[in-house]
Parts: sequence; structure tokens; C-alpha cells
Amino acid sequence: MKVFKGRAVAGGNWKGEAVVSKAGVNTLATFQKSAMANAKEVVAADQNNPDIYGKIITGMALCLPITIGSTTGGLVIQTVCAMGINPACFLFSKHIDSLAASGIVLARIWENSSVIAVDGLGDEFLESVKTGDTVEVKENGEVIVY
Amino acid sequence: MENFAMELTPEQREIAEGKQGEVKAKVMRTLIMFGEIFGAKRLIPVTHAQGHLVTSFGIGLLKPLFRTMDELISEGLKAEGGFTVDPRPIDYANVKCGVLDKLVFSKIMYSRQADYERQLVAVGLTDKDAFTCTCYLPEVGNVPAKGDVLSWAESSAVVFANSVLGARCNRNSGMLDLFGSIVGYVPDFGLVTDEGRRATWKVYVRTTARPEAQILGSAVGMKVMEDVPYIFGLDAFLGSELTDDAIAYLKDFGAATASNGAVGLYHIDNLTPEAKDLGEALIAEDAKTYVIDDAELERVYRSYPVMWKDAGAKPKLCFIGCPHLTYGQLEKWTDDIVGTLAAKGRKKVAVRTVLCAAPAVAEKFRRSGNYARLTATGATLTSICPLMYTNNPLTKRISIATSSNKLRTYSAARYYKDSELLTLISGGEV
Repeated sequence: MKVFKGRAVAGGNWKGEAVVSKAGVNTLATFQKSAMANAKEVVAADQNNPDIYGKIITGMALCLPITIGSTTGGLVIQTVCAMGINPACFLFSKHIDSLAASGIVLARIWENSSVIAVDGLGDEFLESVKTGDTVEVKENGEVIVY
Repeated sequence: MENFAMELTPEQREIAEGKQGEVKAKVMRTLIMFGEIFGAKRLIPVTHAQGHLVTSFGIGLLKPLFRTMDELISEGLKAEGGFTVDPRPIDYANVKCGVLDKLVFSKIMYSRQADYERQLVAVGLTDKDAFTCTCYLPEVGNVPAKGDVLSWAESSAVVFANSVLGARCNRNSGMLDLFGSIVGYVPDFGLVTDEGRRATWKVYVRTTARPEAQILGSAVGMKVMEDVPYIFGLDAFLGSELTDDAIAYLKDFGAATASNGAVGLYHIDNLTPEAKDLGEALIAEDAKTYVIDDAELERVYRSYPVMWKDAGAKPKLCFIGCPHLTYGQLEKWTDDIVGTLAAKGRKKVAVRTVLCAAPAVAEKFRRSGNYARLTATGATLTSICPLMYTNNPLTKRISIATSSNKLRTYSAARYYKDSELLTLISGGEV
């Protein structure tokens, strides 16, 4: 068990399974295929990201450095949150990027979403956590990797 | 009185507290919460009033977008400076589709297009032809001045405005682009600040020839991610003035840095405005280093996966112009296509070929003699977004070739260098 302390950008308590991307997650490329298909869950579709390509990320703790790519990113996050197919938590090793932050804020203010976001967890967090690990997120931004 | 971590002017506070309406309060609160995440101490005025929006497509599933627009319209909120917006998704006249494709495009995917365009007009769309990702081109006319603060989205437009024009804009998301244009303020952090514009990477281009813009941009984007690179050596190939050729190159380079990474600003030594003014003083002391030579470019190029169902298939459709082509690029592609076909003894393109440019650029080109030369080859000219075209799942059965690294990233299209595309278009094999 390892404990990491980050900043609760959008706080909450949650426990569940991790999906880990060592590289930046391209929001549009990752989410759009499932969102376009009105799917019940998101299967990550970014061909450039072998860490998560083909994996289900709905309801998971998506562990990542930052998000990258198109500036539709925030709107995509807002949309998947409105559809209820979003990752339960976004756990960023770095400072959250502007597009992910936009999406989290839009989801919280305009969709009343309970999506959780913690940032600044550090490089060691991303080195430690593995896809399939159980993680627990605390309201204060603490993340426990079991 | 509510507590905000950010220092607000009385007017900003009044808006946030709902004294100018509940929806406008939500708009302002969104910008404040967004800024506070980045430690912004204040909101600063948008000085180039005309906005640019990334969301141009009426995809039915974007219900939050349509609902938010309805809320804005219900309170009479609009961007007083107007805005341009990314390209439309459909142009059946110039990008022909079968009956089934049309059914999916018009009735399923973009079923809300007409409704959404009415919403865009209601909140400030500049005019009916303001649909392009290259709003900053002179023919389109949404051109900020150096130092202007913007509320734009569209990653390729933001990185161009920051880097080539010297304007100041964060990588805003869709919706926040419009919100900033409505209230006339954006949070003061990141790329709108002097500190945020300092380079944290030194990139040395040491290739033996002018690198393919889209591959160089891809390499830089994948390496530096969201950081600001200062690039040495590119002026040897582009010169020290922002000529039409250099501008077109930097447009494509920047789009690749922004889509393959998350670059919002780059500096080119001895070429882009801030690099010319401040030089290496723009570089942070602890900047990291990345050297790009021929081998590195080839490694990046070879790393692109082929996503066609049949990797050995011949391309059936070729898209050129993502981001939209400049007028000069349209002329060059016309010369190259016509010349290559003539050299091969062909009159028509071997692969259905579609060139994409802003409506104003395309209209100017249609009035020129080159348009007839281009269309005589069977190639067509459109103003759609090819990415929006490839969103149609039926297009996955078509092997699409492109010289756009952005389109490659967001679709199953296969990337080819410009020279390779010309070979394919003229019936050759790569």
C-alpha cells in the first residue's frame, strides 16, 4: 500500500480500479468513438496510446500525467460526464492541464456531475500504480494505491 | 457577499453573484473556477474581441452543448465582438457520398447541424461563411495583433495565434472559448502571462533538408507535450521573415505539435515575433534539450500505426488541408498535382482527392485560373473539416490517405509525406 498526496481539484471519496496511461491521454481520440456510438461505456480508442487502447475506462480511476490534443477536450469530458460514461476519477501526476480542467469545471457547474479530479500526485504515483490496481481517493486529495 | 479566491472587479463580482442573470453568473463562475485551478489572481480583459470557437458540428449526442447554448440564448447572452468557428462537417457537392453515407451524416450524426447553426448565429457568429480552422488568415480576417488577449479555442488556431502572431491565449476548451467572449474576460495565467510564455525546452533541428512540417511538429509535440519549446535551426530552412511560405509551414507544424502533444506556444529562433524581440532570454534556465536529426524524424514517422482494416490496401480517398490550406498552398498543390500527373502521362488523379480551405480562401481560388487546372484533374475543393467527415463510422471502410498529422491522430486515416501523396495521386505506389 502506498499513499500519495495531491490536490483535490474536484474532491470526493471513491474506491475502485485503476487504468493507467504513462503518456498524455488524448481526450478526443480516446473518448469520441464510444461517445459517437452512444455506447454504455467508453473503450479507449486512441491508437497512439497503447497503455489504454482498447481498455474500458468508464467508472475507473484514470491515472495519467495530463490530457493532450484537441481543444474540444473539455467539452468531450463534459459530454461523457453528462452521458454517465466518464471515468469516476481523473488522477493526474502533473498539474492538471487547461482542457481537462475545463471539462471538470463544465461537468461540475453545468451537469452537476460528481466526477473527481486530483492533480499533482507526482511522477512516483504514475510509476507505482498499475492498471487493475485498487485505488482509494479521499476528499482531501489523498490517493491510496493498494 | 460570496468569497472567491480571485480578486474580482465590482462588475465581475456582480456578474458572478447573479445580478446580471443566473446563466451569466454560471458563465462567470465557470471562468473563475477554471482560473483558480491555475492560481489565476484575476480576470483580464479580452482585447481582440472577435472570438473563435472550436465546436462547429451539430452532433446529436452533444446534448450538453445544445442545452448550454439554449440557456445562453434564453438570457440574451452573446459574444458582442462576434466569432468565427471551425469548419462545417458536410459538403455533398464537393465531397461526394453514397446514399447510405448521406443518411448517416444528415439523419444520424449531424442531425442537429441546422439547429446548432441557428444557435451559433444567436450567440454571435460573424457570418455564414465564418466556418474555418484558419480564421487568422487575411482572407478570413479574424487576425489578432501582437500582444492581444484572446478567448479562442481550436488547438491549431491557438498555437498559431500565440506563436506566429504573438497574441496571447490559453488552450481553452470548447464552451470556455465562448464564455470568455461573452463576458469579455479570461483568467490571467499560463500563456497570457510573460512567465508562461518562457520556453522550457530547447529543440535543435539538425536535419540535412527542410523537415516535413507535419512530422517535425509531431516529434516536438510528442516530446514536449504541453510545454513551450524554443526551436533552433529551423530558420535555416524557413528564413528570418514570416513569408507566406513560412506562415503556411508554421501553421502545419503548429497543428501537429498541438494535436500530437498539447503545445499552445512555440518560439522559432530568429523568426517568430517574440523570439526576434527577446531571443534566448525567453528560455528558462533549467530548460531541457531535444535534438532532431534525420534519424529522429524517420523514427517518429515509422512509429505511426496503420489503422486501415487492410494495411496493404490502396488509398481510396485523399484529404489535403487539415488545418485548411492557405491560398499559396492551394496554388502549390495545384502545380504539384498537375505537374506530377503530366510527368506520368495522366490527366486525372488516380485517387479521389479533396483539398480543404476556408470559404474565403476557396472563393478567392475559384476566381483564379488555377481552379480550373485543379478541377480538370478530378480533384475537388471544399471547406469542410475532414475530421468531421471521418467521424462517420461508415468511412472506416474507406482507406483514407492524408498529409495531416492531426487527421491521422483523430481518425483511421494514414499519414503520408507530401511527396508520397503526390505519388499515390498520380497512380504510383509508395
